[in-house]
Amino acid sequence: MSAGSDTMNAEAPRAIRPERTRADRVYRGVAIAAGLVTLVVLFLIGLFLFLRAIPAWRDNGWRFFTTSTWNPDSPTAGYHSGVLGLLLGTIQIALIALVIAVPIAILTALFLTEYVPGRMRRPLTSVLDLLAAVPSLIYGIWGFFFLQPHLIGVSTWLANNLGFIPLFSTPDGPFFAASPFIAGVLVALMLMPTATSVMREVFSQAPQGEKEAALALGGSRWRMIRKVVLPFGRGGIVGGSMLALGRALGESISVAIIISAVFKFNPYMLNTGGNSIGAHIANRFGDAQPAHGLPALMAAGLVLFVLTLIVNTVASLIVRRSRSGSGVEI
Amino acid sequence: MSTTDTIDLTGPGWDAGPPVTGDLVAEGVSAWFGEHKVLEQVSLQMAPRRVTALIGPSGCGKSTFLRILNRMHELVPGALLAGSVLLDGADIYGPGMRPIQTRKRIGMVFQKPNPFPAMNVYDNVLSGLSLSGGKAPDADELVEQSLMRAGLWKEVRNRLRQPGGALSGGQQQRLCIARALAVKPEVLLMDEPCSALDPTSTRRIEETVLELANLVTIVIVTHNMQQAQRVSSHAAFFLAAEDEPGRIVEEGPTERIFEGPEDPRTADYVHGRFG
Amino acid sequence: MAVMAPDRPQAPSTEDEPVEIPERPGAFGLADTGVLVSCAASTFMFVWLLFFRIAPLSGVVGFGICWYLLFLAAYWFVVRELDGPVLAGDRLMAVVVTSAAIAMVVPLFLILGYVTAKGIHALRLSFFFRTMRTVGPLASATAGGAAHAIVGTLEQVAIAVVLTVPLGFLCAICLNEIGGPLRRPIRIFVDAMSGVPTIVAGLFVYAIWVARFGFSGFAAALAISISMLPIVTRTSEEVLRLVPGGLREASLALGTSEWRTVWGVVLPTARSGLITSVILGVARAIGETAPLIMTAFGASVMNANPFKGAQSALPLFIYKQMTESSVASVQLRAWTASLVLMLMVLVLFSLARLVGSRAAKRGRLRRAPEKYR
Repeated sequence: MSAGSDTMNAEAPRAIRPERTRADRVYRGVAIAAGLVTLVVLFLIGLFLFLRAIPAWRDNGWRFFTTSTWNPDSPTAGYHSGVLGLLLGTIQIALIALVIAVPIAILTALFLTEYVPGRMRRPLTSVLDLLAAVPSLIYGIWGFFFLQPHLIGVSTWLANNLGFIPLFSTPDGPFFAASPFIAGVLVALMLMPTATSVMREVFSQAPQGEKEAALALGGSRWRMIRKVVLPFGRGGIVGGSMLALGRALGESISVAIIISAVFKFNPYMLNTGGNSIGAHIANRFGDAQPAHGLPALMAAGLVLFVLTLIVNTVASLIVRRSRSGSGVEI
Repeated sequence: MSTTDTIDLTGPGWDAGPPVTGDLVAEGVSAWFGEHKVLEQVSLQMAPRRVTALIGPSGCGKSTFLRILNRMHELVPGALLAGSVLLDGADIYGPGMRPIQTRKRIGMVFQKPNPFPAMNVYDNVLSGLSLSGGKAPDADELVEQSLMRAGLWKEVRNRLRQPGGALSGGQQQRLCIARALAVKPEVLLMDEPCSALDPTSTRRIEETVLELANLVTIVIVTHNMQQAQRVSSHAAFFLAAEDEPGRIVEEGPTERIFEGPEDPRTADYVHGRFG
Repeated sequence: MAVMAPDRPQAPSTEDEPVEIPERPGAFGLADTGVLVSCAASTFMFVWLLFFRIAPLSGVVGFGICWYLLFLAAYWFVVRELDGPVLAGDRLMAVVVTSAAIAMVVPLFLILGYVTAKGIHALRLSFFFRTMRTVGPLASATAGGAAHAIVGTLEQVAIAVVLTVPLGFLCAICLNEIGGPLRRPIRIFVDAMSGVPTIVAGLFVYAIWVARFGFSGFAAALAISISMLPIVTRTSEEVLRLVPGGLREASLALGTSEWRTVWGVVLPTARSGLITSVILGVARAIGETAPLIMTAFGASVMNANPFKGAQSALPLFIYKQMTESSVASVQLRAWTASLVLMLMVLVLFSLARLVGSRAAKRGRLRRAPEKYR
């Protein structure tokens, strides 16, 4: 049956040499180098921000993280600056945005995948993509001129009727313009399209067989969604929300346009006054002195960079590892 | 009987005389995917001017064996092999042997027709050459000759500039054959080339295979026993017992395998008692 | 007999038959529409009464919120009475989900409408050809123009494209064609990079380039590239993944080298998708404002040399005009510039859709007909 006698020990696999041509080896090297460029850039960003921020460490030491003033260019104030108020404000606005954006994103994503007939899906998805493409600057100025007056009405209503809840109380009185609430709503509007896209992709991969089984057992559409689609999409929902969080933390221009900048954290979101690191850098860059002010801004930027890096990496890991997210692009 | 044009054996590059090339011999080939062994000590001689058919039920490693013959097996991560494959006496897995060179001498036609959609018919036929940076001195003649040999010339001679994906399934597969032939290989491997096609296209491709046997050594994997009988002069019967790697149970002239097999398992298979 | 499949709102159901037929929980007939509309109308009137006649509550928004909540509650109660709690919950959620989708979509039209309404007044041809060089702070909205800003944006984005596209494609090739153990870490880095706030990118380019070489359009292009690269990489990778593996195999089986397979087969097959990914990257890039503040810095005169000296850009122009002055004419000019920016984004967007659908029609990546699959 077999040709010839086998003298070779055929049980041990042999080494297969790919023997690539030189052109192929160059091509692979170049492509891999391109892939590593991202790592290099990330590293450089961190490095250079850190280097440029060193004078700020010298001026402030650890108090940079625990105080809420911003006078880096003034010798009388001892060149002090502190990022705490900014950091808290950033998180405050981001959380407000998340609370509004995530539920609407989930519901809209469900609408697109479960409630809409096939023909309507493409145009609606196009609308969604277009919303995501509108520059944040335009959101900002539209928000300032058009949305803010209406939102002030909402703030008034909330303060008057729900003001007993500490979150909605307004100890500063009826001053509702340029508040963290308004900035948060605007950032939410910007986040919703991208968050919806992520969740929509996730929900659309829900296993058809399980969905049909749920319906065949007599479940209503909403019950089926709750029992099959939402649990399946859990990873995508969490990951998508964290991604939205990351973007919200980094928003600068639109917040800068809306908010009235203060440095102490304002926990009463309906009242005027708030800040975020991004908005602060945008506002202050113009007149920052290279000796102290600029390093302080660099230091604040470094804080923001590290924060968003962590949030985004965790988000991407959650999405990619989840059952629903493995094929999804964020 | 043949509906294709007569094949001109004296076209560019094809010598009417010796030396005979395309002698392919597998010696003790075993294959793994990671820890999982899929082929056990397969040895087979695939002589020139012959069509050798690899038959057997699905999952016995026929396609894997075929891919080992033109060094496509190693593209799968975790693929391992033992043994050697000799083309005209030289081991294609030997030191210094480039896979690219091997694949130019041993061509392959796949189960699912895959012409390049970004090229028209003309460019598809020449793609093997243009992709490797070669130039055909007489491109038009080469295209015509390859398409004639693949039995497609009459149907596409006026459609050479149409996209490759615009043809029917059977035509696409013959285009892939023409494309493989244009590189002037010594051996042509065919992995169930007709399984995705309708009966008429299948018949035409079988006719093409018979005519090509004079030019290239052909090794064809097929599920279809009647096809194996129609087309091949030699056959090898592969079988894998449950949880066992695939082996060749019996091989020899096709007539003997189908009419007087020595091994009872072969007899069972060719008489349709399992498959 | 009943088919248990999710039903869309459809024409009146003809299955109003006696009790043996099990219910189709999704079907939405004429009677159901009636329930919905009457609930909406009655709650609306009730709240109107409440607001304007009985209680001192006020405000359009407050009105809207009250009405919506009351409508949901009333609808739920009514359906529960008529059809049972299961269906009530289902219908309620259908309304909620639809409202969310409407809430998402409405702002787009509000924004487009507002920007157009405000920006159309001062939109003249001269807007595209004049700069702000001779224009004082109180001049009318039609004086001057944004030529310098438009030129700046075009140049900066062009340089960013030149930097980003080869790098992005190569990165996508690395991820998809070469793969291997590097794939996961590089993917994570690309994702991380896409989350870098644009203002941080601007600070970085300031630190690494502007501090030494001064403001320039090129520096702005560098900052834009940092945000553009992950987008181009990711969308290109998706497109490359769609190219069937059989094509790569066919090319390799012909004795083609890896790079020629990518160059001659994979990339041409994916061509339209790659073009789309570039267009979408550009659409995002032209709207970036934050990184420009510290790299291009802005100017009121034309600077056509992107490598030397501060340069204006359309988003910068808008930002500065809008925030540094409260004179109405200055702001009107900024609105016009905003309209121009929005139009550019819309055009790019439609272009991307056009390229994508034209390729689909020509059958580039079309799958084989059913018979041959």
